[in-house]
Amino acid sequence: MAIDWFPLWLSLEVAACATGISLILGIWLAWLLANRNFAGKELLDALTTLPLALPPTVLGYYLLVVIGRASWIGAAWEKITGSPLVFTWRAAVIASTLHAIPLLVKSSRAALENVDRAFERAARSLGASEWRLFWRVSIPLARRPIAAATALAFARSLGDFGATLMVAGDIPGRTQTAAIAIYDAVESGNTLVARTLVIVISLLTAAIVFLANRLEQRRRGVIRPA
Amino acid sequence: MIRGNIAKRFPPGPESAGFNLDVEFEAEAGVTALYGPSGSGKTLTLDAIAGFVKPDSGRVLLDDRILFDARSGVNLAPQERTCGYVFQNYALFPHMTLRENLAFAAHSLPRLERHRRIAEQLERFKLTGMAGRYPHELSGGQKQRSSIARALIANPRAVLLDEPARGLDEALRMDLRALIQELRAGLRIPILLVTHDPEECFALADRVLIYDAGRIVHRGSPAELLRTPGTADAARLLGGFNVYEAEVLALDPGRQTSRLRLLNEELSGPHLRGCFKGDRVTVCARPEELQLATQPGENRIRAALRRTVERPQSIRADFGNDLIVDVPREVWSALEDSGKRSGWWVEIPARSLRQLGRTSTLN
Repeated sequence: MAIDWFPLWLSLEVAACATGISLILGIWLAWLLANRNFAGKELLDALTTLPLALPPTVLGYYLLVVIGRASWIGAAWEKITGSPLVFTWRAAVIASTLHAIPLLVKSSRAALENVDRAFERAARSLGASEWRLFWRVSIPLARRPIAAATALAFARSLGDFGATLMVAGDIPGRTQTAAIAIYDAVESGNTLVARTLVIVISLLTAAIVFLANRLEQRRRGVIRPA
Repeated sequence: MIRGNIAKRFPPGPESAGFNLDVEFEAEAGVTALYGPSGSGKTLTLDAIAGFVKPDSGRVLLDDRILFDARSGVNLAPQERTCGYVFQNYALFPHMTLRENLAFAAHSLPRLERHRRIAEQLERFKLTGMAGRYPHELSGGQKQRSSIARALIANPRAVLLDEPARGLDEALRMDLRALIQELRAGLRIPILLVTHDPEECFALADRVLIYDAGRIVHRGSPAELLRTPGTADAARLLGGFNVYEAEVLALDPGRQTSRLRLLNEELSGPHLRGCFKGDRVTVCARPEELQLATQPGENRIRAALRRTVERPQSIRADFGNDLIVDVPREVWSALEDSGKRSGWWVEIPARSLRQLGRTSTLN
């Protein structure tokens, strides 16, 4: 029996999209938390951590409430695109993003806060705008830990199960990701598919973790030019 | 020129004593040294001028521009202050080459001008061959020059140097001094130099502000400060002064003299303005102004030698009680034997004694 590779490709695509979104959103949130003082900062900090602590099904339930067909976001989406948001791969991307973002925010915030304040002061006194300071100084100096966190965020979004199942469902060929396909395969006694996917996902994740560790370790040494 | 008066309060916390900065300062073209012990508010003043720290009250002016004014709410961003800041650890961006560091600072200049300025700065600071190197590939002296070159590239209206000599060995210190002297000659802008090295102060500064515990306790040119440091606190902070408590026994305005009781001896001293008989005053004298003798005489105090310290040009003889005498080597060798036999007297010439004011609590 031929193995259906669709769930794996879908997982990779969903994880790539989710990582991209959480990278942009996560670094922005991290920058806000690291550099700005505003009302509700603690609340925002707690909210970004929450997806890490909540059971995935609870997270999925909230997502259904927020982007479901009855919600105004879901309804607006349906009106504009002509199809519902839930139970599509896009919903899986949203679920994975939520799953991955706490890690990115936490690590990026720590990385940005670790950049020596003297560099930021130097950049400002040399006339650099905050935008230029961010792109030319803060991000390059924090790039290793942020890259490590991005790798781990990719691994995490690759493996999301509960939240994805709740909002994207388990539609083979459409929203069935690798993690869900493994569950289905085990349930239906399809050991070959289950084992193959498990091995592939394990190797992939191990490689990512290895990469992330390498990035972390080199950060501790002398900062070498790229 | 830079003028300002700033106050900033740091209330005491569970693990830190409180600190209050309250200073009024001015710096014209030339080198103004901010001198004082660590934690006296020197760097904080620099940071307030650069815009890194916002004072609670006061104002800061650079030439005719208001950089900060608490009353009207003006607080220019560091980007708008046109101050070249040289950081203690250089703060050269580690991920950029020296050329990129300079280009980053020269960003506001038009392209051609930028390239010209970078080449000019590299040559001026003897860094031409180093342009492609990263900061970790530069020596201590090169980093030092690079950070100054970077701070100056966009033609700042003032230069702020935060303890640039800290952690440098003697040879680099001398190079740095020569470099700052060159800058002073070439730039007609205020150069503010934070330092806790009195020698650096006297060698480089046109004017010295002496800091202590968040206030400026005295100010003046190095020559003025060497003549009289003004207050007992300033004398203590500058070092190199013998400071004495004395009681005024008699005053003779006609002959411009006085009689003082000092270290339990009656001595003649200079006329002390604004004093009355019976007043207690603080006076100082520099060790090289005191003289050694081996027999009693006018204005001589008998003292027991505690120890001697070899100095490049002289012998420093320490008699305790703030009786420290710097004796030229030839004088010392002529006196040493008879002094050992008969004991020592220290002569405090009347004209060497100068009155010090008390440090006022108001600045």
